Amino acid sequence: MQGKKILAATILSLALPLVGMGAHAAQPAGTFDQVQPAKNRIDFVFKQMNVPVKGHFKKAKVDLVFDPAAPANSTVRLDLDLASIDAGSADANSEVVGKPWFDIKSFPTATFVSSSVKPLGGDRYEMTGKLTIKGKTRDVTTPVTVTQNGNTAAFDGGFTLKRLEFAIGDGSWSDTSIVADEVKVSFHVEAERRAAK
Amino acid sequence: MNASNKYSKPAVIVHWMVAILVLVALPLGYYMTDLSLSPRKLQLISWHKWIGFTVLLLLIPRLFLRLTRPVPAPVDTMPGWQRAVASLTHVVLYVLIIAVPLTGWLMSSAKGFPVVYLGLIPLPDLVGKDEALGDLLKSAHEVLTSGLLILVGLHIAAALKHHIIDRDETLVRMVPLLKR
Repeated sequence: MQGKKILAATILSLALPLVGMGAHAAQPAGTFDQVQPAKNRIDFVFKQMNVPVKGHFKKAKVDLVFDPAAPANSTVRLDLDLASIDAGSADANSEVVGKPWFDIKSFPTATFVSSSVKPLGGDRYEMTGKLTIKGKTRDVTTPVTVTQNGNTAAFDGGFTLKRLEFAIGDGSWSDTSIVADEVKVSFHVEAERRAAK
Repeated sequence: MNASNKYSKPAVIVHWMVAILVLVALPLGYYMTDLSLSPRKLQLISWHKWIGFTVLLLLIPRLFLRLTRPVPAPVDTMPGWQRAVASLTHVVLYVLIIAVPLTGWLMSSAKGFPVVYLGLIPLPDLVGKDEALGDLLKSAHEVLTSGLLILVGLHIAAALKHHIIDRDETLVRMVPLLKR
């Protein structure tokens, strides 16, 4: 009896990696670059009087190229329509488009352009790029987790930016004891594989 | 004046703590609502919420004292209808002093702004973010506040009337410093 169990366990342990390889081989190859705009989310959380307030942007144009076989060659470009902001309340929405905040008359769009993507092992990557808001450009680094599911890949990540580095909320609003400097940004982007030629 | 005609010292202290906080929170609430959005407004709104929650916390010892210790009987000279109005006013005041901060807290949560007491302790959101519910709770908070304002006015007017016109012991029981 004992011998049979050991034999079965041995066969299983030998066979399991094969199953794993099989699953891996079944994953179709190819580059993801067909972004699904309806699935994108750009969210943020800021603190006012230490109260976390959630917001998001309704319109974001994302271009990305991600080849699982050569992730370091990936590129991302984001054009964010700042007027599409929901900063948590009607009052805040009419306030933040104004001059002290995003000044969207002069700067309607924020952009992010990736400069490097570094694999961190597994499905985790580190992306660095240039974020431009209100005419000010800063380097930003964010972790990205890629979840592949057949021909779809989801890209999730987040980072913290300092709003005052971009002069978001200057003048009387620069008092960080009322509205904190740190803003947590998180994103979710989905893309499908490029159609086979 | 014998012992049973007195409020206990803790009851007097907690009455005046609640009274002062309510008398600050009421005008602050009306004032801050009319301000346009500014850092000052956000600060005042937070202070208003902290005061409101402090009132709710003080209602715990207050109700405990009220329910466990004898309340002095109204002065002998008071007619029956006045006794009835007085005890009804007191009951409704207790209800509103709980309902007003509670609807404020719920309204804040429904509007997507959790309350962080004193900027340190996040209070649970008893309702999720829901714009329609937020507007409803805002109306409730405002209507109940108007009611509270009327009853506080009646309560103060009655106390002064007892002291100045009737010249009885009613107010002195709650303000030991006034002892004649």
